[in-house]
Amino acid sequence: MKFGVVTFPGSNCDQDMIYVLETIMGQEVVNLWHKDHDLQGADFIVLPGGFSYGDYLRSGAIARFSPIMEEVVNHAKKGGYVLGICNGFQILCEAGLTPGVLLHNNNQQFICENVYLKPETTNSLITRNLDTNKALKIPIAHGEGRYFNTEDAIKELNDNDQVLFRYSTPNAEISEDVNPNGSIENIAGVCNKERNVFGMMPHPERAADEELGNTDGRLLFESILDLVS
Amino acid sequence: MSNMTQSVNVTVETAKELGLLPEEFEKIKEILGRTPNFTELSIFSVMWSEHCSYKNSILWLKKLPKKGPHMLVEAGEENAGLVDIGDGLACAFKIESHNHPSALEPYQGAATGVGGINRDIFTMGARPVAQLNSLRFGDINNDRTKWLLKGVVKGIGDYGNAFGVPVLGGEVFFDECYNTNPLVNAMSVGIVKVGEQISATSKGKGNPVYIVGSATGKDGIAGAAFASKDITEDSMDDLPAVQVGDPFQEKLLLEATMELAKTDAVVGMQDMGAAGITCSTSEMSAAGQHGMVIDLSKVPTRQEDMKDWEILLSESQERMLVVVEKGKEQIVEDIFNKWDLNVAKIGYVTDDGLLKYYMNGELVAELEADPLVLGGGAPVYEREYREPAYFAESKKFDINSVEEPKDLKEVAKFLLSHPNIASKNWVIRQYDTMVGTVNMSTNNPTDAGIVNLKGLNKALALTVDCNARYVYADPEKGTSIAVAEAARNIVCSGGKPSAITNCLNFGNPYNPEVYWQFVGAIKGMKAACEKFETPVTGGNVSFYNQSDKNGNVEAVFPTPTIGMIGIVEDKKHITGTAFKQEGDLIFLLGESVNDINCSEYLYSYHDVKLSPAPHFDLDKEYLLQNTVKALIENDLIHSAHDCADGGLFVTLFESAKPNGLGFEIASDDSVRKDAFLFGEAQSRVVVSVPQEKQEQFIELLSASDIDFTMLGAVGGKDLIIDGENFGSIDELSDIYDNALKSYIEGKKFEK
Repeated sequence: MKFGVVTFPGSNCDQDMIYVLETIMGQEVVNLWHKDHDLQGADFIVLPGGFSYGDYLRSGAIARFSPIMEEVVNHAKKGGYVLGICNGFQILCEAGLTPGVLLHNNNQQFICENVYLKPETTNSLITRNLDTNKALKIPIAHGEGRYFNTEDAIKELNDNDQVLFRYSTPNAEISEDVNPNGSIENIAGVCNKERNVFGMMPHPERAADEELGNTDGRLLFESILDLVS
Repeated sequence: MSNMTQSVNVTVETAKELGLLPEEFEKIKEILGRTPNFTELSIFSVMWSEHCSYKNSILWLKKLPKKGPHMLVEAGEENAGLVDIGDGLACAFKIESHNHPSALEPYQGAATGVGGINRDIFTMGARPVAQLNSLRFGDINNDRTKWLLKGVVKGIGDYGNAFGVPVLGGEVFFDECYNTNPLVNAMSVGIVKVGEQISATSKGKGNPVYIVGSATGKDGIAGAAFASKDITEDSMDDLPAVQVGDPFQEKLLLEATMELAKTDAVVGMQDMGAAGITCSTSEMSAAGQHGMVIDLSKVPTRQEDMKDWEILLSESQERMLVVVEKGKEQIVEDIFNKWDLNVAKIGYVTDDGLLKYYMNGELVAELEADPLVLGGGAPVYEREYREPAYFAESKKFDINSVEEPKDLKEVAKFLLSHPNIASKNWVIRQYDTMVGTVNMSTNNPTDAGIVNLKGLNKALALTVDCNARYVYADPEKGTSIAVAEAARNIVCSGGKPSAITNCLNFGNPYNPEVYWQFVGAIKGMKAACEKFETPVTGGNVSFYNQSDKNGNVEAVFPTPTIGMIGIVEDKKHITGTAFKQEGDLIFLLGESVNDINCSEYLYSYHDVKLSPAPHFDLDKEYLLQNTVKALIENDLIHSAHDCADGGLFVTLFESAKPNGLGFEIASDDSVRKDAFLFGEAQSRVVVSVPQEKQEQFIELLSASDIDFTMLGAVGGKDLIIDGENFGSIDELSDIYDNALKSYIEGKKFEK
């Protein structure tokens, strides 16, 4: 699979993602520039974390108008895979590719720390090899990560099995105590109805390198590549 | 010369208003052979301010060791020091203060401090890989302290998080001496390939001069002069002297600069920090012994009708001055256009050593570069100093005057809830500590922050340290301790100390007692740096950290913050602070001493504010560190954690907490139990040793001259000392983890 990692002005996790995909997972990766209209034949597009365009208006609000996003939207509409992480998830929501919005954390602070995630479904490319009873330790780092949607929309997400991850205890239990940012129903990641666009606030690429002492995030990449770990 | 700003009739009074001394005004007239116009006088006033000229510190700073086996660039030669770390890489690093702006506008003050120090690093062509910070605030119970703390932390977080460089370490300390004057010291560490570094120099007649990055506005005008004054009630009038930061522009500037560094188009580059265009044009010209002609009307500005001196002195952030090799202009313009940044040619290099500034075709200032700068014609003063009375007074302290409390468990809980000892997680979780995927300490806490050098078997070890209370008690010994503690942190983590940068925060240098503290600090730093072979690569001096309230002058504790880098030669040597395994034996390396001097215990629990610095012996410290290094290299220990603030009890608790592994130990009855548990005698490290390595461990230690004691063993979920349960890890963690947050949210901290 050929990966394309987009760099917007203000992206700051693009190189981390490229390092994991290319050096650790051994995949072919192209770095895509926000001003371009060319996905360079990538099958799987990643919108990385950061502060695209400074996030001055609202996180992700400007990035969705960039030239490359026109192509990303077309790619997604044709069924192509897109993964947005952190700011990338915010951009996907702004572009309407994933449902919901991401609001300021309920403590009004930026939060960076390891959290635990319960995989909610194995019915998606990025979670297909995960164990829904086993929590993954993966860090978050955001100021605007409180997932929100209307009651009806949440019901629809649940009915359609679109919730990918919820914040949980280390034992994969869901409780408000371990909800770091006030996300509705502890939601940390979702996919679209067609199940080809994935958005999540936590950073699996920060938990993929053995040298950093935590490789739980690597399981997502292995799932994408269908590698048995 | 025509007189456009020269409607101001320049006199000695004008000079004084700009912060110059009458004798400095005389010297300026002598240098120019005439009376300066207002613009020229403004240029002198900022370049000769304490902040830019180091006029009251340089004589002593020159005594610090600068040479070391790994130094590529010595102190003061470039924007930051450069250390060879092997494998064709060099490390650029520096610490700088942003105290005065942060006292007035904590959010922007701290944010622009982070921006400024990172620019110092990437202007050299080095990509920042880690940041650290050292913060000091007043009494946590004061509303103003909480306002400052929240603002500073948010400022550092918002800027650094968006810029995308992880915070790898730092310190936060509270004492009422910082009530009016908080200290905000920020450090940045970058990596550059040897040979690809960019110099802060200008040469080559006819080479074009560019300004790149943000447009120039009226913010921060004469900030350098402002930072060279005491804070008074009128300081709020100086608010326009505080700059405003934009991390997004900084990120773009970083990426553009990294692309630029790969080309051969650049002669030299310098960031615009203090004194903006004035400082960068004059320092680069003086360094390259050339001159410049600058057209200020070509500078992109944010406001209309900016005066020439405003453009010259503006401290608008996220700007750089670049001298480009003639004929390679297009390369530079293309890169900055790609990143949607301003790139404007504003002048050219000359060979006459003169700086000529034009505005709308008129020459508004003409002066030589050399007399403006440090090492050139900037003034250098020898200040008098005098030992203050408190120093002799402090020596009178006797431990026997303090009664040992009956309930040491209560003392232990008090210390864990003390804002200086309790977890700083409320602060740290607001910083992105993991961006860049290099932080090796996230999942394995270490005394120094460890930065992964991807693709190599090496890592960097980084720390900032200073217990200013020790420095106040004894500037010389206290500063040696600060260097020793930094080195100890690096050694305990598996590294070898390489070099230091310093941020010297003091009161008014014209006060002989303050200057005595400064001189003592330099002497103590010199002694320790020579011992550890860690040269001083640069840093920053911040005087005037004192406030005048109705005639009472209060200076902060002398606070010479030490930022140290070290190299871990083999990643398998990285050693954490946490106990790893039930049954491991716990040893204390170093002497148990009947000493509670300057401890948080004595200061806060017993309210004894004056005592000598704690026990410290530089030679023994050096031996201790070599021994720890040998233990790590021989793979004989599972953890190492140095004894610091709060003493042995806090060290043991911090080792127990991460993996939830308790311990049972016995105290040493040759010293008072309060001194054993809470004393802060230096040169001590707690290590845990797997049982099967006990013999080898004892063999190695017996061959050294280091005192060592077996304290007990790792196990259980409780902290048991002499058979007495001091609490479970969960119970104590609850106190330790939540204390700081509770004070910020309004709970009163009290005994």
